[in-house]
Formats: sequence, structure tokens, C-alpha cells
Amino acid sequence: MSPVKIAYIRPLDIRHGCIDMGHGAGGRAAAQLIEELFLAAFDNEFLRQGNDGAVFAPPALPPGARLVMATDGHVVSPLFFPGGDVGCLSVHGTVNDVAMSGATPLYLTASFILEEGYPLADLKRIVDSMAQASREAGVPIITGDTKVVERGKGDGVFISTTGLGVVAPGVDIAGSNARPGDVVLLSGTIGEHGVAVLSQRESLEFETTIESDTCALHTLVAAMLQAAPGGVRVLRDPTRGGLATTLNEVARQSRAGMMLQESAIPVLPEVDAACELLGLDPLYIANEGKLIAICAPEAADAVLAAMRDHPQGRAAARIGVVTEDAHHFVQMNTRFGGRRVVDWLSGEQLPRIC
Amino acid sequence: MKYIDEFRDGDIARKIGARLAEEVQPARQYSFMEFCGGHTHAISRYGIAEMLPPNVRMVHGPGCPVCVLPIGRIDLAIKLALEFGVIVCTYGDTMRVPASNSLSLVKAKARGGDIRMVYSAADALEIARQNPEREVVFFAIGFETTTPPTALAIRDAQRAQLKNFSVLCCHVLTPSAITHILESPEVRQYGTVPIDGFVGPAHVSIVIGSQPYEHFSDEYRKPVVIAGFEPLDVMQAVLMLVRQVNEGRAEVENEFSRVVSREGNLQAQALVSEIFELRTTFEWRGLGEVPYSALKIRPSYAQFDAECRFDLRYQPVADNKACECGAILRGVKKPTDCKIFGTVCTPENPVGSCMVSSEGACAAHYSYGRFRDIPVVVESI
Repeated sequence: MSPVKIAYIRPLDIRHGCIDMGHGAGGRAAAQLIEELFLAAFDNEFLRQGNDGAVFAPPALPPGARLVMATDGHVVSPLFFPGGDVGCLSVHGTVNDVAMSGATPLYLTASFILEEGYPLADLKRIVDSMAQASREAGVPIITGDTKVVERGKGDGVFISTTGLGVVAPGVDIAGSNARPGDVVLLSGTIGEHGVAVLSQRESLEFETTIESDTCALHTLVAAMLQAAPGGVRVLRDPTRGGLATTLNEVARQSRAGMMLQESAIPVLPEVDAACELLGLDPLYIANEGKLIAICAPEAADAVLAAMRDHPQGRAAARIGVVTEDAHHFVQMNTRFGGRRVVDWLSGEQLPRIC
Repeated sequence: MKYIDEFRDGDIARKIGARLAEEVQPARQYSFMEFCGGHTHAISRYGIAEMLPPNVRMVHGPGCPVCVLPIGRIDLAIKLALEFGVIVCTYGDTMRVPASNSLSLVKAKARGGDIRMVYSAADALEIARQNPEREVVFFAIGFETTTPPTALAIRDAQRAQLKNFSVLCCHVLTPSAITHILESPEVRQYGTVPIDGFVGPAHVSIVIGSQPYEHFSDEYRKPVVIAGFEPLDVMQAVLMLVRQVNEGRAEVENEFSRVVSREGNLQAQALVSEIFELRTTFEWRGLGEVPYSALKIRPSYAQFDAECRFDLRYQPVADNKACECGAILRGVKKPTDCKIFGTVCTPENPVGSCMVSSEGACAAHYSYGRFRDIPVVVESI
């Protein structure tokens, strides 16, 4: 932040103020919003330069290393939910997208689309949460943008973030790498994020203690890659569409099938109960702090042990195997004793009518 | 989960499966219709079909409220939204059912219709309270289970003297549909759809009780076993049906006795009867016009009847010619008998209503069971 206080300008009234069109007009009000809200929260050497872009030296890359860039838009409703908000989500989501390439994330950018009339106090909560998530992950937000849309043309706050990271030499992670016989690992219980968000939706409020699992997974990924160099073939975080859709994506990319064991897939009893109540299937509920890993069979034990040694992988489990299947079906042996297809999510999951 | 896990116990399922295998007579074929889409869904989701002896066949019935909704009824809801500018509220699955002119409620929403998904009739009423300057119509569909909440919303609207709330009533009745199937030529004369008994509805029966099914066992000599939607309920019901067939009995038995009584929920029935009366006829998708098979709002509540309020005239619309939903809903054909199943008609692009709801026969088979059509080699971990 500038060390010189700009005279004759009243500071932003964060407590009572709200976003107006002037905050997006590129004038003094916009500069003030950026300085007093965004820079104050994200403060780092790149932002302090106040330029349109962040200028930085490329990281010293060993031969064979590669850069990864990932971008993600965050439009969650409601913006605040048990265990998180759109701010920390926008950091975790992109850090995880970078990490799922087996990369170490280095920098983030952030673009805000704000709706006229949105309270500054709520925006500050979101920005502070984002700043905290970025500091905890060790991945600074080094440049960004702010736009304001008229009232009714947005949904409060939309945040897009882009992340840059480095993949170490020898690491080859891709959705197309799964081979028949590989083992499917899951880092923990599924469905918490989606149920936490659902519980706050208008007209669907139900009492729950379930909190979103949103978190940055790059240190877990680093531990897994270290445990079995070359043994991890696919990494994916099962966000929208849940575990089922993610596994179908990988099956299609790898031109293989999968056979899962329902009894091995960890689900918290309270998530199970909420899904039961709403007629939803936890396999299709969004997660923000879980990953699936597909590993060579000989590496699976070491990777699983490394996951269980990490705080974000305590409940990690071996949930299935990759199969040879020209139709790329993800199938599951049910706990009940039958067999079924675990299909792509089609449309939205909806509760039973009668 | 207490009261849930007990009904999904794989060990008990295997025991029932073994008992079924012992008790079915090898030379005999058993065909049972599960009326409710909820049962169809459970059979697919838990892989129950694979756990039954090969000579026990489950025939999917017309008990999915979305699947039996004819195109003309959805057209009326779309007309309300696009031409009359009302807020149309409805249950989620209804939004995706194909209508005329390549429309659906979802597509009408994208064209500017104010169409909102709600989880209950009470939510629609709340939207009416919050928008006193707008007309709000609840597009009410479903069997006897969803009828009492609609009745309650109408009664509450009347008590609150709400001027902007009405209901497009498409509530249908289970017993009339079962009668219609039993009277159909395929079942009664041609024998192309052998039905040896019915797995009776779960949630519907909580409201209407088991008594209305006694007619089927007496008149048509068909056993009925009312069953819950949990997989063990379904397995147990099939075992009870096999025993009735083996012993030559045709009775109404209640597997779902933990919640279903012979009389049902009398309070709900009284409320429904206060607000609704029988329609002389109603078109069902797949079944055509079925006499006395649906409800309309009584004249004393006409101000809450969208059909009166907006002077709506029902116009029947033929289904897509390539679509076999009608025959599938009557149990005459299986989803895989339809030429467009899984190719032109998929859950992402449903041509027929059976592919829309997860409780529809086609969607259930496509989403959970299509591996059976294409044998694949699988390994276990």
C-alpha cells in the first residue's frame, strides 16, 4: 500500500458503504477501492508496484520442467456457506487445478465482477478470506482486475482466478494416463462442500453442522508424488459433478473403464443423511478439498500411506480399479450386492417428486 | 443411518436372494410390474435385477409422475409463462420434459419465461406472497403423495385471501392407472404383457392406504404387495409375490407395514376431498385418456384454478413417432426395444418423457443398467 495517505479523500466506508458504478469506472473511486480494500488485503511486492501487470523473473527451471496455467470462475450461491465463502474458494479452486497437474503453484491472478449495491462490508469479508487462503497456501495474488455491473446484472460477486505453477521433471500427470489394472485412490470423505452449500440455499434451509471441505491440496499432492516417484498417473479434484462425473471424465480420456466398490467410498454419516433427505446421491455432490489419484498398482500402497500421513488425506481409501472397457463405463459393486453403472451427472440432481 | 441402513443390508439381501432361488419354480416365468418409478429407480440403483432368479422379470409400470405428463399439459404451463407473463413454479424434473415446438420449461425459461423450480407447493405460495403484483401459478404434478401439499397450499391461499395464486392441477390417481393397465388388450386379451402381480406403491399408499388395491386382487386375481422404496423392501416384496403365485393366492399384502395402514392417512384424504374432485377423464402420456384418473379443483375454489382463471383449453399433442414411451409405460416394451434409446434419446437430450426423470424406465436403465446390454470384462480389486 502506498505509504503516503491520499489527502482530502475520506476513507472507504466499509461498514455502511456499498459498491456503486463509480467503483468500476476507472477513476478515483476505483483506485480507492483497489488501494484500501484489495491491496490492503493481498499486499505483496508485485501489487505494490501498481502496474497493469505483474512483472517477475521466470522461476529457475531445471531441464524437463514445465509451466502450468489454470483458470477458473467462481459463481457460488450463496456467497457465504458453512466452512467457507467465494473468496477462499476462488483461491483453493485454482491452486488445486494447478496442483492436479502435479505442479507446485507459484502465483495467482484475480478478476472481480461486482454488482452495484453489493455491501462493502461483505466484500471485505470475501477479500480477507481470499487473502488468508492465499497466505496459507503460500501462493500470492500478484495482479488482478475489478469491474462493476449494474444492479440486477450480477449475483453479488463473481471471482475468476488464474494460477501459474511448475511441474518438476519426470512428473507426468494427465487424465489420459490411466491403464487397466491401475488403482483408484480417494483422499477422503465426499460430499461435504455440496451439502454445506445446499444447506444455505433459499427454500432449502436445513440444520446441519456439515462444513465445506474447501482447502488447497498442493502439499498433499507433493507428499504423494514424493512417496512414489512416477507412480501417480492421474490426479483430479472431484468438484462440480462430484466423484462420479470426475471418474467418467478420466475413463473417457484414458479410453478405459473402472470398477468401484461402494463399501470402500468414505461418506460422513451426516452427508449421507442429508443426501437421503433430499433424494441426492453423494457420488454426484461437489467437493472442494478432495482428490482422486490413479496409481500404478505397485505404487498404490506407498501413495495411500503418504495420503494417510497428511492431514488432508487421513480418510484416504482405495476405492476401485481401472478396467479394460471399450465403452468406458464406470461401474460399481453396490454395498447391497448388485452392480450398476455410475454414469455422468445429467442436468442437475433433483429430489424425488412423490 | 438408523432406519435406512437396515433396509440396505447386503447380507440380508443375499439371504432373500437365496430364498427366492429356492422357491421359484424353474419351469415357470414370473412377471411382476413395479408400478412406482421409485421402485424402478431402486431396482436399477442397487442392481436388484441381477440378484433375482433369471425367470423373475420386473416390468416397469407407469408410476413416474413426470413420465405420464402429456405434452399438452406442459404446453399449458409454457403458455402461462410466455404469453400470460405469470411466474410458473414447479418441481425440478418437470422442467426438462419435452413439449411442443422443441420447447420445455427449461427452454421457455431461457426465452424469458419466469419459471422457477420449487421443492414444495408451500414454496410456490411463498413466492406469491412475495410478489403481490405478479400472478403466480403452481404447476402441480404427482400422484396421491403430492396432492395433499397442493391442497394445503390452496386452502392456505384461500385463508390468506391471496389474489395472485393459482394451481395448474395435473394430479393423477394410482388405482385408476392400474385398472387401465389390467383392462388393456395387451394384458387382458393378447397376453403380450404377462403380469402375475404388482409391487404396490410406497409413498402413495401411505396416503391412500392398502384398501384401494383390494379390488385388483378380488376382481382381476392379481396379487399386490405394497413395498417401501428401500432395496430390501423390493426384494422382500418380490419374494412375497412369488409365494402368492406359487400358492395360487391373489391378495393384498403389506410389506411396508411400518408406515402403511389399511385406511391410510384420513386427515390428508379429507383435505384432498375438500379441495379436489374427480375429472371424468384425463390424458396420460402412454396410456391415453383414462377415465376418472385425475383430480381437478372444486368449483368452490375456482379462483385458485389456473385453468379457470386464465381460461386455458387443453389441446392433446401426439408424441414423437420414433418414441416408444407409450409402450414402455404400459410395460409392453423394454427401453432397449426403442430404436432411439441411448442414441438419439439420452438423459442429456431426452426425446421421450421416460428419459427425463431418474425414475423413468429409460433413464433408470440408461444411467444404471446399460452395462447389461453390452457385456464387458471387469476385474475386482
